[in-house]
Amino acid sequence: MSGLGKLKRNPRAAWVAFALLAILLALLPFLAGSLLGRSWVRILDFVLLYIMLALGLNIVVGFAGLLDLGYVAFFAVGAYMYALLASPQFGIHLPFWALLPLGAGVSCIFGVLIGAPTLRLRGDYLAIVTLGFGEIIRIFLNNLDAPVNITNGPQGINNIDPVSIGGFSFYQTHRLFDVNFSSVYNYYYLFLALTTLVIFVSMRLQDSRIGRAWAAVREDEVAAKAMGINTRNIKLLAFAMGASFGGVSGGLFSAFQGFISPESFTLIESIMILCMVVLGGMGNIAGVVLGVVLLVVLPEALRYIGPAEQALLGRVFVDPDDLRMLIFGLALILVMLFRPAGLLPSTIRKREFAAEDEAESQDGIPT
Amino acid sequence: MTLLEARGVSKHFGGLLALDAVSLSVQNGEIYGLIGPNGAGKTSLFNVLTGLYSPDSGDFFFDGEKLVATKPHVVAERGIARTFQNIRLFGNMSALENVMVGRHLRTHAGVIGAVLRNARTRAEEASIRSRALELLQYVGIAAHANSLASHLSYGDQRRLEISRALSTEPKLLALDEPAAGMNATETAELQKLLETIRHDGVTVLLIEHDVKLVMGLCDRVAVLDYGKKIAEGTPQQVQHDPAVIEAYLGGALA
Repeated sequence: MSGLGKLKRNPRAAWVAFALLAILLALLPFLAGSLLGRSWVRILDFVLLYIMLALGLNIVVGFAGLLDLGYVAFFAVGAYMYALLASPQFGIHLPFWALLPLGAGVSCIFGVLIGAPTLRLRGDYLAIVTLGFGEIIRIFLNNLDAPVNITNGPQGINNIDPVSIGGFSFYQTHRLFDVNFSSVYNYYYLFLALTTLVIFVSMRLQDSRIGRAWAAVREDEVAAKAMGINTRNIKLLAFAMGASFGGVSGGLFSAFQGFISPESFTLIESIMILCMVVLGGMGNIAGVVLGVVLLVVLPEALRYIGPAEQALLGRVFVDPDDLRMLIFGLALILVMLFRPAGLLPSTIRKREFAAEDEAESQDGIPT
Repeated sequence: MTLLEARGVSKHFGGLLALDAVSLSVQNGEIYGLIGPNGAGKTSLFNVLTGLYSPDSGDFFFDGEKLVATKPHVVAERGIARTFQNIRLFGNMSALENVMVGRHLRTHAGVIGAVLRNARTRAEEASIRSRALELLQYVGIAAHANSLASHLSYGDQRRLEISRALSTEPKLLALDEPAAGMNATETAELQKLLETIRHDGVTVLLIEHDVKLVMGLCDRVAVLDYGKKIAEGTPQQVQHDPAVIEAYLGGALA
């Protein structure tokens, strides 16, 4: 983090670095598209989508320390909200600018509804109850096709409207400066803009009165209460904020995929999102971003192993799918052993896991 | 003028009567000591007063009004701040951040303010920070502002807890054994600090085992034994009360 520290002290270098990063991110889909193929642009889109999703969970788990294993429920609520209001299912086709805040708002309400009964629970107990709530939502979605067909049950909802803002359809290919921008490219820039916004909001929240209150609740709930923090409200706020991020990414997921079914919102999905947050470093925004990139990109990259085996050895010895899970499991174990606070831990987590390393801060040197 | 009054406060845990109709009153501007053998119910009284437990019966009156709330944050809002017998700091936050958390109650910035970081929010953040620094100076640990709370020495952690409590702008500061584990020098410094705090207009309610500290500091003392108040008065009066001697030394000697 010393590099970042230097940048903070030198605003000009910071702007240059920022501009370079922006240019790189703007060109990234074209680099990926031409070097690795169009499917990789789609993977980039998913990276951005999952960053938004994981940063939402990061508020609940990382900032406020509430272990939520049912987070995918909010993703589902946002996705279904969008799908029901912008598809032939009910024949409703609301515009995108109305759907996005609506999805965030409705998920937010669900966040509070699920958060409220779990307020007295902590740690493992909270994890189990949220896990249950997550499953309840999925099962509801799966069964709400009778007696009145709302969600179309396990068949899911099809032909969901793609994003369209003021006549600009993200689904169609647009031609600009002699370059073709097809749907995955359009969505990339939309997601990039929204991800930037989500990162910005996360950073601002973390470094604020609210962020400090979350950290206090995470550190010692009784002391936080005694210091006058209304822990009920502050925890509900964390659930609501996290859920609304999840709702937004759910809506985008719906529009991007054009099809959703309850199958996309299983427990394993919750666990994957949690893994992204934990692997990268709970509570640290850069860490979460890294965690998402690794967990979305690596499995895709491992797909190349099958063809590589075929070419080199004449036949496929290890099924790439098995290998993916094997490497995934191994990677998680290694991270937990060697970097228990995550790959890029937040300062607070780093402190927690390095409590014995006390020498320098004894003299009041900022850590 | 009475700042805090407890009327017949009782609390039991299962078969154990931790507080048995305890009544006491703390005057504005005094240092009021609460002593008694281990298990006498001193900390239970603190926990009931600050809303961590709800009493089975009895009432508290604070600053002229009934303290109806059973919620800790409302109690803090009314102006009662406390420290804990087994220090409860936010260990992985810096000393400064710990005190800044105490300002939560008296500040207002919400999510919108945090995200937009408008002029008002920035001004509020700046005032939170400067007030927190002032308080660290006040208790004498400003040099450790950026150290982790868990890395501070034991005495400094106690001081940090006091400054965190003070940052909620209390009228009554309730300290649960602030001198526990301190050496003689630290205790003397603590005594000076508590006198300054009282001088600056904060009433102090003190649980303490250090008899020298209690006798030197407190204006009045109440003695609890098995959940009952057995004596109340100036330290000198209490010291010679036969019931108190019996509670501490046993019946045979009294």
